[in-house]
Amino acid sequence: MTEKTHLQDQNGPYFGEYGGRFVPESLIAALDQLEETYAKAKADPTFALELDELNKTYVGRPSIITEVPKFAALAGDIRVFLKREDLNHTGSHKINNVIGQALLAKRMGKKRIIAETGAGQHGVASATAAALFGLECVVYMGEVDTQRQALNVARMKLLGAEVVPVTTGSRTLKDAINEALRDWVANVDDTHYLLGTVAGPHPFPTIVRDFHSVIGREARQQMLDDYGFLPDVVTACVGGGSNAIGLFHSFLDDEEVALWGFEAAGEGMDTMRHAATLSKGKVGVLHGAKSYMLQDEDGQTIESHSISAGLDYPGVGPEHSWLKDLNRAQYFGISDDEAMQALKALSQTEGIIPAIETAHALAGVIKYGSTLAPGSTVLLNLSGRGDKDMETVGKYFGFLE
Amino acid sequence: MSKTEELLNTLELEGKPALIGYFPAGYPTVADSVEACVAMCESGIDILELGVPYSDPVMDGLVIQVATEQALTNGFKLSMFFDLLKQITSRVATPVLVMSYWNPIMQYGVERFAKDLKAAGGAGLITPDLIPDEAADWIRYSDELELDRVFMATPSSSQARLDQVARLSRGFIYAVSTMGITGAREDLDAKARGVVSGVKSTKTDVPVCVGIGISTAEQVTEVNSYADGAIVGSIFIKAYRDGGIEELKRTVKQLKGGN
Repeated sequence: MTEKTHLQDQNGPYFGEYGGRFVPESLIAALDQLEETYAKAKADPTFALELDELNKTYVGRPSIITEVPKFAALAGDIRVFLKREDLNHTGSHKINNVIGQALLAKRMGKKRIIAETGAGQHGVASATAAALFGLECVVYMGEVDTQRQALNVARMKLLGAEVVPVTTGSRTLKDAINEALRDWVANVDDTHYLLGTVAGPHPFPTIVRDFHSVIGREARQQMLDDYGFLPDVVTACVGGGSNAIGLFHSFLDDEEVALWGFEAAGEGMDTMRHAATLSKGKVGVLHGAKSYMLQDEDGQTIESHSISAGLDYPGVGPEHSWLKDLNRAQYFGISDDEAMQALKALSQTEGIIPAIETAHALAGVIKYGSTLAPGSTVLLNLSGRGDKDMETVGKYFGFLE
Repeated sequence: MSKTEELLNTLELEGKPALIGYFPAGYPTVADSVEACVAMCESGIDILELGVPYSDPVMDGLVIQVATEQALTNGFKLSMFFDLLKQITSRVATPVLVMSYWNPIMQYGVERFAKDLKAAGGAGLITPDLIPDEAADWIRYSDELELDRVFMATPSSSQARLDQVARLSRGFIYAVSTMGITGAREDLDAKARGVVSGVKSTKTDVPVCVGIGISTAEQVTEVNSYADGAIVGSIFIKAYRDGGIEELKRTVKQLKGGN
């Protein structure tokens, strides 16, 4: 009998048929350097110590777990536990990856970091790390997103970053990534591209996942220590997929634990205006990796739509595509309205205001919780707080009139 | 031997500079792009690099981005491409290499794309975001159909990677002159010479052409002094955009070393 392979041990460049490096030759040396630097860092105990120390004294880890019984009652006879990544410094899970990659940038001797951002959370986290480590920082952000996330633009500027509005294409996250890649191709000698999700060419999907996997490692242990069981369902929202992979990774080989990812269905799965890449997309190549993506029959990327800037992306990380094909994780769509109602519900039942991105997972639990056996337990990644969304929320519910 | 290689070798022997000109298919319309490409060939470019418009062109600067975006807005579809190509190859003898990002080809089907490319008289493919490591299918079908296969060599490529590019390219090797994306630059990077000599040191027979940032006749001459050809794109699109087909022809003649 052959030894059982562990899903957790998959480290790229490919996850099944997905992943790889579909990028200009100009970037290969930088990707090799990053891969090598990361391998050395992983083998170096001082790196882990440095990262742990920053997580403890700067990020605020470990993040706590909060059980939310009044919210759970909306979803049937189940228990719901939130992994509180919203309580991290800068307000979302994004900081986990940023601190790790900034340390790698320092090890590579790079003085400048660039980043893309959709909702602005990754941009804010990158600008924060740049301030902390004394790095120059340029953040590319679709012009549409600079408008709907104006407060985060102000935060990035306050932190000393330059924010470049991207005016080509759909003017959202996908185009911000294009522009960041162009910058990187031109400035690869002194610049690290601090990619903010588990997409992109190898080794990014693996590195970003590893830095976020602290979420699931902590949460799994906290469930065992504090409650004495593993949850029946582990769930998160999925745009590029970083917070979901971060939570899922430690549970991949716990076969009894179901994994649910909730994508943005925008105005509806049957409309053209959604961002449900895994549910409705086809396999292709976007931003350097083979994965599911939204595209037309010519292979042109279709613009996604979501009320949440952070999920408004027509691609998804290759590891999610692999988990979908393996049927290890299930992915569902949640509409703009379902997400907004769930955001309001958690705020009003538990006094926790989630990001609109995160609200997609909360809506998913309300929607599908009733399919679970009574007494089932759900662990949800509360990936970000909703402060940045108050303008969208205020308009949506008429609070600003 | 590849006809593209034969042509570049002949020009080299005759001491003539080689000029490779880029233009996007479907810009500003399908019919206009055919006329523009034919005009470029008739005005003196030696090889045509015909671009397939793509929604996410990460190797291209703003001039080409805007042009290809306009082609897509004006209704360019891949289904029109091979007819467009055939219209060009039936009117001029200039070798036509197609430059395309990988996803459109993947969706069309690599084998089907290669066969239709061959049938329409295309010489081969330039793949800006397909490195040899990911190109097994394309290597197979381009071998079967004897199509040119142009990979890129860059200032940051290791010697091992330059060896690989040299071994697997056919037609020519695309030496990236500087670390950057397409678009005219005033000072052509001296790094270009380093890339070319790195490729030449592999003792390859495949010609090496230099692209990215070339916009003047002087640069074309300079590049041809140490490489086998100069690849020019953005300046032709600017010429066409600002002065139509006459300005495009004038620019080709000027870069070709006329006046």
